[in-house]
Amino acid sequence: MLFYAYPLYRNLDLSLRDYTVRSFVQGGAPFSGLANYRKVTSDPTFLPALGHTVLFTVASIAVQFGFGMALAVFFHRHFRLSTILRALFLVPWLLPLIVSASTWSWMLNSESGVVNSVLHGLGIAGVHWLTSPGWSLASVTLANIWIGIPFNLVILHSGLQAIPADINEAAALDGATGWQTFRFITFPLLRPVSAITLLLGLIYTLKVFDIIWVMTRGGPSDSSTTFATWSYRLGFGNLLPAFGPGAAVGNLLILVALVLGLLYIRVQHRQDAA
Amino acid sequence: MRTRTAKPRTTRWKTLVGLVLTALMLFPVYWMVNVSFTRDTDLRRTPPYWFPVHGTVEGYRAVLRQQLPYLGTSLFIGLGTVALTLVLAAPAGYSLAKLRPRGGSVLSFLLLIAQMIPGVVMAMGFYATYLKLGVLNTAGGLIVADSTIAVPFAVLVYTAFMSGIPNDLLQAATVDGAGRVRTFWSVVLPVSRNATITVALFTFLWAWSDFIFASTLDQGGARAPITLGIYHYIGNNNQQWNAIMATAVVAAIPATVLLVVAQRYIAAGITAGAVKD
Repeated sequence: MLFYAYPLYRNLDLSLRDYTVRSFVQGGAPFSGLANYRKVTSDPTFLPALGHTVLFTVASIAVQFGFGMALAVFFHRHFRLSTILRALFLVPWLLPLIVSASTWSWMLNSESGVVNSVLHGLGIAGVHWLTSPGWSLASVTLANIWIGIPFNLVILHSGLQAIPADINEAAALDGATGWQTFRFITFPLLRPVSAITLLLGLIYTLKVFDIIWVMTRGGPSDSSTTFATWSYRLGFGNLLPAFGPGAAVGNLLILVALVLGLLYIRVQHRQDAA
Repeated sequence: MRTRTAKPRTTRWKTLVGLVLTALMLFPVYWMVNVSFTRDTDLRRTPPYWFPVHGTVEGYRAVLRQQLPYLGTSLFIGLGTVALTLVLAAPAGYSLAKLRPRGGSVLSFLLLIAQMIPGVVMAMGFYATYLKLGVLNTAGGLIVADSTIAVPFAVLVYTAFMSGIPNDLLQAATVDGAGRVRTFWSVVLPVSRNATITVALFTFLWAWSDFIFASTLDQGGARAPITLGIYHYIGNNNQQWNAIMATAVVAAIPATVLLVVAQRYIAAGITAGAVKD
């Protein structure tokens, strides 16, 4: 048995390893040591990009998780049409990112976007969503939240379904209100699922590139540049590609993901133990 | 299903709220469709038409004229990626689940990490390699690149699913004289149908939606996928948003169709796993 499958899995293992190693080589080891990293960290874009990455990630995840949780609770009990509506909620997540991103671009267009015309209708002055440095990051975050809500909803919903109904019934018999049941029973029981949802969200959000690139290209003047888009721009955005620094930025992202990955494993182990 | 229905009054109220929420959530999707049917002259109208009152299929005509080859390429790449991913992942998942090779847990961990590697980094690695191999701007190159998004996920899904296959079943096959390959092919694979469907579905969607590999590894190619088609469309021609949105609608069709068709397979896969536990 081993003789048959081992080479295949070995092969796969190698191929996976290979990519990582290759990109690390790109990172500059044979050519310039850590020079690329030094160059990148002292770049004036570094701190803003770091800040944007953190803001984008934290804001996206917090809001996605909040909405996802609320919706999961909302959809927990069966009601008429609930299955269909829940399936429809999946649509934003399944759409190709470039489709969502271009739709949001047009909706947020300063002159002709539907968002600004609704705001006008309400008597509020429109905003240059994508073309003003003050709003671009918020706009791409908004689009990303929209895409991420379904994912949170699905995982949290399946977590909720796994909680035995008797527990909630017992709590209700003891006179707990809906909120108390959620706060003191459901939420703690959901902790492992929540942790995994948040971590997966984190890992996913750190990588987000398509949405930002299509909507703003990280601009204007880097106001929505994150590590992912910066790395891309360094590597592919210019006529003279700077693969070294680009890969260095990318590897910094991997490092963060690796730490998060270890965290994920720990959470899962604790969950298995429990 | 452990679902109980609450009092009728509550459910009616919930259905109403649910409808409103879903409508809000899907508004961008609706807007995409609405704009795709809007006439050129109405695109910049304030306030915009909320419904395609002067509907036109001009945008879709433009899609048919200009984007058809892109759609074909995307379809080809999507199917190719699915095939490659299944060929790689099914045996790997089997070996991880049932043969428990040395270092299996390390490999599982690596697979997890592999999913976290940002696409940008992979794209740079591929770009450098493909440049040397001369396979930039080829469908094959994109298929290999796209499959790296899916293979780690696929192996993990297969491993989880195949761990649930009773060992007795495999032993019975061996007793009947089936070799390892035979057991895998005629017992394990058919039983794992739901895992295969899940994997194939996600792989296709990812390959179809891929933008980062397409935009880096297929920059000047004549055979670009649809995501790149949309992207170039936005760049070259940012006046005709009706045509851009029409392309987006067409690009969204496979996702929508697969969701509708395959939802029950995913649900079946999940419940099958739950029952076995």
